[in-house]
Amino acid sequence: MSMLSEEQLAQISANPYKGDYPLLVGHPELAFLDSAATAQRPGVVLDAERRFYETMNANPLRGLYQLSVAATEAINQARKHIASFIGADEGREVVFTRNTSESLNLVANSLGRSVLEPGDEVVITIMEHHSNLIPWQQVCKATGATLVYLRCDKEGHLSQEEIEKKIGPKAKIVSVTQVSNVLGVRTPVKQIAQRAHEQGAYVIVDGAQSTPHIKVDVKDLDCDFFAFSAHKLGGPMGIGVLWGKMELLEKIPPFLTGGEMIDSVTEEGAVWAEVPEKFEAGTQDAAGIYATDVALTYLEEHDFAALEKREEELAIYLCEQLQALPWVSVIGPSDPAEHVSAVSFNVDGIHPHDVSSLLDGSNVAIRAGHHCAQPLLTYLGVSSSCRASVAFYNDKKDIDQLVEGLKQVWGIFNGFGQ
Amino acid sequence: MASVNELYNAQFMEHVQHPDYKYVMEDADRSHEGVNPSCGDDLTLQIKLGDDGRIEEAAFDGHGCAVSMASADIMSDLVIDKTPEEATALCELFMRMVRGEETDDEKLAALDEAAGLKSVSHMPARVKCAELAWRTLQEMLKDEQPSAPSTTE
Repeated sequence: MSMLSEEQLAQISANPYKGDYPLLVGHPELAFLDSAATAQRPGVVLDAERRFYETMNANPLRGLYQLSVAATEAINQARKHIASFIGADEGREVVFTRNTSESLNLVANSLGRSVLEPGDEVVITIMEHHSNLIPWQQVCKATGATLVYLRCDKEGHLSQEEIEKKIGPKAKIVSVTQVSNVLGVRTPVKQIAQRAHEQGAYVIVDGAQSTPHIKVDVKDLDCDFFAFSAHKLGGPMGIGVLWGKMELLEKIPPFLTGGEMIDSVTEEGAVWAEVPEKFEAGTQDAAGIYATDVALTYLEEHDFAALEKREEELAIYLCEQLQALPWVSVIGPSDPAEHVSAVSFNVDGIHPHDVSSLLDGSNVAIRAGHHCAQPLLTYLGVSSSCRASVAFYNDKKDIDQLVEGLKQVWGIFNGFGQ
Repeated sequence: MASVNELYNAQFMEHVQHPDYKYVMEDADRSHEGVNPSCGDDLTLQIKLGDDGRIEEAAFDGHGCAVSMASADIMSDLVIDKTPEEATALCELFMRMVRGEETDDEKLAALDEAAGLKSVSHMPARVKCAELAWRTLQEMLKDEQPSAPSTTE
């Protein structure tokens, strides 16, 4: 018995979005169920990259002529758009990086090395992607701070008790993912942020998996820094965002240094540029930033709330269909409605790499492996898993194709017709 | 995508489900572990050498994906009755095949049934799975007492 109504099933069977995606149009046979790794891009985003180079290509910030001004304005317009997309006030609080990993490395190094002392604690969850884990491991080693893990239950739930137990007076930094890239489960970010601030700690949120699928409001979350990548929400690869509260961005030192991030330089030293340029050494991928702006416009023009609802329904259908296969075990939340885009699973007795290789033969693209979250899988007692993830441009047929493909995989390993 | 179905054929699945050489040898002359930490593939390879110096018996035990396990079973069958030098040369040839560096079917005929894994060369993510047993054997034969486990990562 599905949680979805006939009407909802009809809605996810229709697909008014696929036609906007050149790759999906070019591969009608493909069921692309790996959007948690990277999303497909709509044609308007690809056009935007080209339009930048055709109409406003110049090195931003540097020149005094019209083209360079246009490029600079395009970047600043994108900053404002991104700020409003995540509920922030000011475009100047948006720093461009290459990806979420670089954003988190920036915070770990610039903030972490400024505030951490031996005996301090950095608190993360056991569900972190390596991007929000290794930078903190490294900074803890360098500063003598201790890395503390918030541990979830088998379904990925973090209890208030655990939050209060682990985030104590020694905590200086709390850095958590908003949605697990493996389990697809949301973390109680607001409760974590509240507890962290009560204890005087800074709060950083990894929004790589949340920003594409759920409405983010950094003020409502009450975090100090928020990181995400453009490529997971239909923008180009190579554009990351770090949003931070202005007073903190002003206080912490730069991460990468060099061109464009200085005000003045002498033989002995340099004065940093204002925020956000202080954090943006070297020439930016201006075309990518411009195209990111367009990617956000695409999401808004298609009514982000409606896309979010469609993705919820697709994730419910995906999880229910997997749960209905007796030889498949879903990892993480048993409630299908708790999955944000991603569902991890294993097929009894068949290695995830074999599952994904064979699904490839059925034109189904999923991820298999440790999903850059080895400590989580070790903690859950699995060495690797399969992961299917949906975006609004998927439809019911994609998921049905996955299920058919899985039945074939099962048949190959266990004998057809048994 | 055809390469996938080519790889997981009935003969291959027979090695996965009914391996002939998957057991623990009581009186092995040499034993060496091979691991691919990120996949979780982990196997221990054992051989016994005959009086003439040839590999008299080969066996493996462990767990991993079908590609790593079938590859180990096929390899064990191939290297029995070979000298260590011959086995080492076969390991090198196999690895050149799965990396796509050797495509000449006449040369690959020396690999006998293992030549059936040629399509792995079109599946870059699976090369290290296929290579694991062969690399483990190669390192075992290279070194009298290899210490650290072999890895294809």
